[in-house]
Amino acid sequence: MQQLTAINDLVIRFANVNGTGSASANNMFAKSIFRMGLPVTPKNIFPSNIQGLPTWYEVRVSEHGYLGRRAGVDIMVSVNPQSMKKDVDSVRPSGYFMYDNTREIDKSLLRDDIHYIGVPMIELCRQHFTTDTRSHQLLKNMIYVGALVALLDIEVEVVKGLVAAQFRKKEKLIPPNYQALELGIQYIKDHYTWPLGLRLERRDLIGDSILIDGNTACGLGAIYAGATVAAWYPITPSTSVVNAFEKYVKRLRKDEETGKNKYAIVQAEDELAAIGMVIGANWNGARAFTSTSGPGLSLMSEFLGLAYFAEIPLVLIDVQRTGPSTGMPTRTQQSDLTSAFYASHGDTKQVLLFPATPKECFDFTADAFDLTERLQTPVLVMTDLDLGMNDHLSPPFQWDDQRRYDRGKVHSADDLEKLQQFGRYQDVDGDGIPYRTIPGTHPTKGSYFTRGSSRDEMARYTEDSEPYVRNMDRLLKKWNTAKDLVPAPEFYQEKDKGNQGMIFFGTSTYAALEAMEQLEAAGVPMDAMRIRATPFSHAVRDFIGRHKTVYVVEQNRDAQMRSILINELDIDPFKLVPVLNYDGMPITAEAITKQISRTLHNASNGHALAEAQHS
Amino acid sequence: MSFIRPAFRHPESPKNDLGYTRQYYEGALSTLCAGCGHDSISGAIIQACFEMNIEPHQVAKLSGIGCSSKTPAYYLGNSHGFNSVHGRMPSVTTGASLANRKLLYLGVSGDGDTASIGMGQFVHIIRRNLNMVYIVMNNGCYGLTKGQDSATADFGSVNKSGSANLFQTIDLVGLALELGATFVGRSFSGDKGQLVPMIKAAMSHNGFAFIDVISPCVTFNNNAGSTKSYDYVRAHMEATSAIDLVPEKQEITTNYEEGTTKRIELHDHSVIELHKLAEGWDPTDRHSAVERLQSSRNKGEILTGLLFVDTHSKDLHDLIETVPQPLNSLKEQDLCPGSGVLEGINGEFR
Repeated sequence: MQQLTAINDLVIRFANVNGTGSASANNMFAKSIFRMGLPVTPKNIFPSNIQGLPTWYEVRVSEHGYLGRRAGVDIMVSVNPQSMKKDVDSVRPSGYFMYDNTREIDKSLLRDDIHYIGVPMIELCRQHFTTDTRSHQLLKNMIYVGALVALLDIEVEVVKGLVAAQFRKKEKLIPPNYQALELGIQYIKDHYTWPLGLRLERRDLIGDSILIDGNTACGLGAIYAGATVAAWYPITPSTSVVNAFEKYVKRLRKDEETGKNKYAIVQAEDELAAIGMVIGANWNGARAFTSTSGPGLSLMSEFLGLAYFAEIPLVLIDVQRTGPSTGMPTRTQQSDLTSAFYASHGDTKQVLLFPATPKECFDFTADAFDLTERLQTPVLVMTDLDLGMNDHLSPPFQWDDQRRYDRGKVHSADDLEKLQQFGRYQDVDGDGIPYRTIPGTHPTKGSYFTRGSSRDEMARYTEDSEPYVRNMDRLLKKWNTAKDLVPAPEFYQEKDKGNQGMIFFGTSTYAALEAMEQLEAAGVPMDAMRIRATPFSHAVRDFIGRHKTVYVVEQNRDAQMRSILINELDIDPFKLVPVLNYDGMPITAEAITKQISRTLHNASNGHALAEAQHS
Repeated sequence: MSFIRPAFRHPESPKNDLGYTRQYYEGALSTLCAGCGHDSISGAIIQACFEMNIEPHQVAKLSGIGCSSKTPAYYLGNSHGFNSVHGRMPSVTTGASLANRKLLYLGVSGDGDTASIGMGQFVHIIRRNLNMVYIVMNNGCYGLTKGQDSATADFGSVNKSGSANLFQTIDLVGLALELGATFVGRSFSGDKGQLVPMIKAAMSHNGFAFIDVISPCVTFNNNAGSTKSYDYVRAHMEATSAIDLVPEKQEITTNYEEGTTKRIELHDHSVIELHKLAEGWDPTDRHSAVERLQSSRNKGEILTGLLFVDTHSKDLHDLIETVPQPLNSLKEQDLCPGSGVLEGINGEFR
């Protein structure tokens, strides 16, 4: 049978049982590759469950630096009998299936086009360790890591360094883990030809990158931006945003003398209360945020309308998951776009930011606090489960110590003294953004009444049509002002290569960039634009205007970004071709290339393809 | 009420210690129905703030949606106000308080706003013991949508359209006591003598101070057969005691017969004096308050007065140990750990 042969280019998948401690062994595996200087992308594919159900961990290594998911498993490490049939089936022809051969494998699981590597993990544990079964389970994980060290030629000292770091507070666990690692290595050396044709070699490809998840990045961004109030309700996959905020803020924001907290975190009774608290805190001059996911966003919708209309800043981090309804809570999607963008009844439009990397999660979260106070409107950071909960290779985070928070148009007591008149909703500067005051600022000046009902420029309740319309028009003017303040789109070409364009955002980016290379190799050059925010700047409109066909790549069924583009920019729908992935798994380059090629092929019997190739 | 309020005030209107007249604590003209109980409560709030020498800009007044929630516009014109969304005043107030623990938070809600749509938030704000005054203007019906029964309407109470309420009532006072509220009182909009000192005591309390004020709806729920009408409430009110609030510095001057007066010192060292105390009842003992409430209910009485106060109450800020200065006053140097720390954090992820 043919052997797969490649250096630093593979996909390996671990099939584990949830709650058996596999995560730390798998993380060590991925981290050891990272420490060999190789671009690595690990992804957790986990159930909505605490213990017992199948869970997978997939690692892609790419010398080219492709960080998106790739379909097809080269090596399967199977330690879960429940999912074995499915796991055998998912291995590519000529790929490898590693399993525990303490018991003989069921004949029905044998394929004749893949390689089987049996390692008696349980038996080795029984022979060498006298501890309880729970420890066996954990050591078994280290045995398969050891086997992979030999098979893939991973540097054993790197792995040992990670083991030592992992157990630095429980030092007595280090020797058995080292031993388990060695048992795995030795078993492979005694029974198989090693390393495989698929193997790894140290490189220097990642520079000063870090390996981190987006939720931690958002939590840190909020700390650096000076957020003092976090109110939230637990929901997968956003929970770890506030967990990260809490972890670091405890370390970084205690008053040195008194030990008191320069922050407040409240776990609310539901998402309604969470965003209500965030609105109250922002109204009162603190930087406050919440994080949630689809179902929570739906609940927060009413309050988002209030904040839009009453012009109260707030930062909401939406870690999107697979909807609708409860959907697949532990799978990814970019499917909250419509509900976030138009959140709440009446004429509303919300400012959305779309980070694509942990670095951008950090930067955009920090920027969101400046933007929301500058614009006095909610800012939603739209990440997703893939970005939020999986580790990604990312440039390191940076902070300019000269940076000052932009608190926006807030009148101080001195300002109020000098003012003839304060009108909370007056457009003094002509940019649609009014001035606000914080409660307690001045004994006699600057107080006003905040409400979700219609009011005039002086914040007085009114049901008259004219001031209502003036106010709605001013909000639209403010929206236009925002176009130049939000992160601009990113382009991937100096100048246009032809008349075919591609739009993507967030976690579709890695796969889209890889697809661009594939298409280019097939003779179809693509210009690309990554949208990073709404409202869309003029650059977005211009890019679409300059291209004949624009493919909009996104991870939902209904092409939500495409619809928003059509709606907001008045684009001819025929011009925007949807490229979609909505199975809950991160999108792959293959899926994008396939859909675009098929569209090109179908269009007038291939004329479009020919045209695209010659453009 | 559609009339023009005269701007003229007696030139020698009494002033409080801050030099403000009572007028200084007023707000815009009420647009509620003439005779609405809520306007009397607004008046009591104004009176209490005047007597307590409150700086209006150090008060934030918040509400939900409904007739009651309109009232913050009618008092304390120099305070920031926030008319939020239906049933969500507690969460907005929580956030506001987290941002600045130094202001006085005065929340107003109605029986629909609290006992129905906002029940979840009401329950949880009690749990957190937010430092605020929470007044429910309780008229047993939905006024703005024209008189539907609310969840606090008594079983059997007859509404204006003549139908008797089929469902059990939610007694907010009983609920608050049961949930561990640290200050619980009930009053009647028509009894300013009781209500004003109760609001003053609530403002002195450290923690969640709840006052349920029966406030008849003159338009939709003041008919015969209603248990929230002026006549019915006057006939069935049972006061536990008469209240005085004596601020910290003031000398205690009133004199009552020994054994019938209880003095309760609050967190801010002001003293609540309860006179003509009902027998067998101690307002610092939750158990006796619950029992007293139950027995009144069995007798068909509406028990009013300060029912319970916990003088050692710890509010939300105490519990989560925030710094004494307002969080909204912290600046970059307090909040941002800087680039050096960030470089260290980056290192943890390599």
